Amino acid sequence: MSEIIYNKFDWDVQPPRLSPEYKSTVLRAPTKPLILTKQTLSELSGPVFGDFNLGPLDHDLSKNSIVNGEPLGERILVHGRVLNENGQPIPNTLIEIWQANSCGRYVHKVDQHDAPLDPNFLGAGRCMSDANGNYKFYTIKPGAYPWGNHYNAWRPNHIHFSLFGANITNRLVTQMYFPGDPLLQYDPIFLGVPPKGRDLLISKFDMDATEEGYALAYRFDFVLRGNNATPFENI
Amino acid sequence: MKQTPSQTVGPYFAYGLTPEQYLYDFKALVGNEMVSPMDDLNCIQISGQVFDGEGKLIPDAMLEIWQNDGEKQLFGRFGTGTDPKNRYVFHTIKPKSVDGQAPHLSVIVFMRGQLIHSYTRLYFEDEPGLNAKDKILNQVPEDRRNTIIAKKTSNGYQMDIHMQGENETVFFDI
Ligand SMILES: [Fe+2]
Repeated sequence: MSEIIYNKFDWDVQPPRLSPEYKSTVLRAPTKPLILTKQTLSELSGPVFGDFNLGPLDHDLSKNSIVNGEPLGERILVHGRVLNENGQPIPNTLIEIWQANSCGRYVHKVDQHDAPLDPNFLGAGRCMSDANGNYKFYTIKPGAYPWGNHYNAWRPNHIHFSLFGANITNRLVTQMYFPGDPLLQYDPIFLGVPPKGRDLLISKFDMDATEEGYALAYRFDFVLRGNNATPFENI
Repeated sequence: MKQTPSQTVGPYFAYGLTPEQYLYDFKALVGNEMVSPMDDLNCIQISGQVFDGEGKLIPDAMLEIWQNDGEKQLFGRFGTGTDPKNRYVFHTIKPKSVDGQAPHLSVIVFMRGQLIHSYTRLYFEDEPGLNAKDKILNQVPEDRRNTIIAKKTSNGYQMDIHMQGENETVFFDI
């Protein structure tokens, strides 16, 4: 029986569990060594989602919670590909999206930042990669917001993502940042990633995909764990 | 190509990932009823609390459960912010043994304060024979195995998750 084995986390680019500058890791990061295991049926499978799960406006956060007008802020589109480390496109992958509004305020009840909520913006959405691994969604550019980690701590503008992929080893929750953000150099969550991985979290401004008179475009690719299967063995 | 680095799920995931549980006006794709308690006579409740390194209850974790015994594939997701005791609660069925493994659930743990999620498993205390032979459980030092074996309750099973400390839950590098 031929056995496909998925790659492990690549610690050259993945953040360590304990990252003391990000203070809440201190009491929440596991301290004992992880137990290395062989992948079984449980790890080599995972939930499957179809297009039918999605609502017609799930991929457009600038439209999916309009009450009485357009949400405030800069309309953008974000697009790119979902791939694995082998460079193969990953089709039909669910991408869940959540973010602050243009003022840096989350709808979440715990968020007490003194910035206005936008009645026409929820900040939640989702889309799927197509047969070639491409995805695209529309939203409003999120604002920076303060948090309690240290004196004068501000999160850079970012969008949160959750992805599934081929199986549960591929599970990815991450955040996408914007090019040239001056707050990146001060953010312990972004800096929790080793230097080699940081650029991978910054989207690129994309003039070619920018839509005339409508929305600026940013490009961001997701790379999930690869496997030992030869990419072109059937050719 | 290099893997996209992980970042924390943060404190504000609820309206995006578990909106209906937290009463936000957005349809949830996944919830904690992996089977319907009304329809399935074999339905069991799996629950527990999540603790930090000072033994404090964590009210903003999110757990995902995946199970695949070759016959049934089930997935659930739940945040610890809505239960009065900040428990995670899932309604599911106990999986069968597959490929010689003891019945188990795969558990993925996310929270603010974790830059990358943690994987663990939930085994069942009333399967001593299969547990004793389970290859993955046998890789765990004997004195730590009980951290991932759920205790039987009147309507299911219960297993707390300790991120740190004496009873730190076993986490896997899968
Ligand atoms: Fe955030």
